[in-house]
Amino acid sequence: MHIFDIIGPVMIGPSSSHTAGALQLGYLAYLVLKQVPSKAVIKFHGSFAQTFKGHGSDKAVIGGLLGYRTDDVRIRTSLQDAAAQGMQFSFQTVQLPNAHPNTIVIEAQASSGAKTEIIGESVGGGNIRLTSLDGIEIEYTGSLNTLIVEIYDYMGAVSQITGIFMEKGVNIERMRFFKSKNDTRKAITIVETGDAISEAVTQSALGLENAITAIYLPKID
Amino acid sequence: MQIDFSSVAQLIEAANTNNVAISRIVLQQSACDMQITEGEIFAKMASHLTIMCASVEEGLSPNTRSLSGLITNEAFLLKEYVDAGKSLSGQLLGSAVYNSLAVMATNACMGKVVAAPTAGSAGVIPGCLVALLGSLQIPEEVLINGLLNASGIGMVIARNASISGAVGGCQAECGSASAMAASALVEIKGGTPTMCGHAAALALKSLMGLVCDPVAGLVEVPCALRNAAATSVAIISADMALAGIKSVIPIDEVITAMGEVGKAIPEALRETSKGGLAVTPTAKKIEATLYS
Repeated sequence: MHIFDIIGPVMIGPSSSHTAGALQLGYLAYLVLKQVPSKAVIKFHGSFAQTFKGHGSDKAVIGGLLGYRTDDVRIRTSLQDAAAQGMQFSFQTVQLPNAHPNTIVIEAQASSGAKTEIIGESVGGGNIRLTSLDGIEIEYTGSLNTLIVEIYDYMGAVSQITGIFMEKGVNIERMRFFKSKNDTRKAITIVETGDAISEAVTQSALGLENAITAIYLPKID
Repeated sequence: MQIDFSSVAQLIEAANTNNVAISRIVLQQSACDMQITEGEIFAKMASHLTIMCASVEEGLSPNTRSLSGLITNEAFLLKEYVDAGKSLSGQLLGSAVYNSLAVMATNACMGKVVAAPTAGSAGVIPGCLVALLGSLQIPEEVLINGLLNASGIGMVIARNASISGAVGGCQAECGSASAMAASALVEIKGGTPTMCGHAAALALKSLMGLVCDPVAGLVEVPCALRNAAATSVAIISADMALAGIKSVIPIDEVITAMGEVGKAIPEALRETSKGGLAVTPTAKKIEATLYS
């Protein structure tokens, strides 16, 4: 914590959890796709389902999908901006079992065909936690650069993943490894770093024997 | 001396030992902690002050209307009345209050604000500072020092109690903002660091126990009003401290007590909209209309 956490951040109102946090989740979908989606379905759960209009959470998520940041005044007109860019979007309210009260599901698709589905929580103060990415259960808060590798588990998989980081000279700050709850043949490795993770690292991870997918999420402000 | 923001007493002592204002201690320590220059910190705080001024300006428009329609042109109405020179509060207090209403209107209308310390309490500090800029023509650098002073007090409160309505009720948001503003106002007016501590304590004591019960879950009713009230408490607390009134309970003990009171506030009154004004028949009717 420092003084600009107290006098700051600069943000578009009205609510750090329901506006800024909602935007961050949309922004993550934008980062995964690396482009503005052409189609998006947004599902609001819990407190969001009830108050998303009053808090402008709908405009915030779409603003995030357009690549806007939390202090961008264009959030106010994001629905029109998205329509002008040809994005088709819709909002639904859902009830998810055992979900955090501020949960959003975003299904987004780009004109290139690239698709993503993220499930994330707005946990307060504009902070977020991504709990699922393309069906992979993960935990990402945006505080560090993160590489998520899903792999059919085999002896030595983790050491091969860390080997890539060593070879490319990227220091690992935190790392977690766990079996998928949905399919125990699959293992998920989440590697977090202070330094940026290059495309070469992601590509090398993708090239590993049995790799299913490797997704890079940079840290976000 | 290393400052870890574990107490306001520590800030006051460091300021007194070095014969400087609290803002200088906060600036020096923050530059060290954040590994940037004092100039960079000062410049960023200056840009925050500029955004605060703009957020006041925007919310004073007569055409203001939030998404829910619960906040409209209240700030404009009060400005017209106060600026006509006939208000009971007088120009400084009156303008501080309409400024704070204006920031909360801007926030409710998806405008740009500076969380200070939160979005829900964003009106108090700019409310006070922008009023000084207008009424007393205090130079901007002095106000930026005020923001540094306020952030020092806020750091201690966040560390030893809470600045979140969901954790500690409105006292943790508007109460903290009021204490921060009161301390800043004392420094701006040339009071001593010890007086800053008393002003913060007087303000936080006055708002202790305040619950967070937003109607329909929105940062509008009663949030804007409570920002206005906390703004006036900040100004009278600063005046009391500058006049030589001391808080019997020292600021650090008041902060701890506020944190404890926060834990004792039922969950229904901590930003869940399950109690207080949020469950009144009128609030329920508003909720039904908005979310039908």
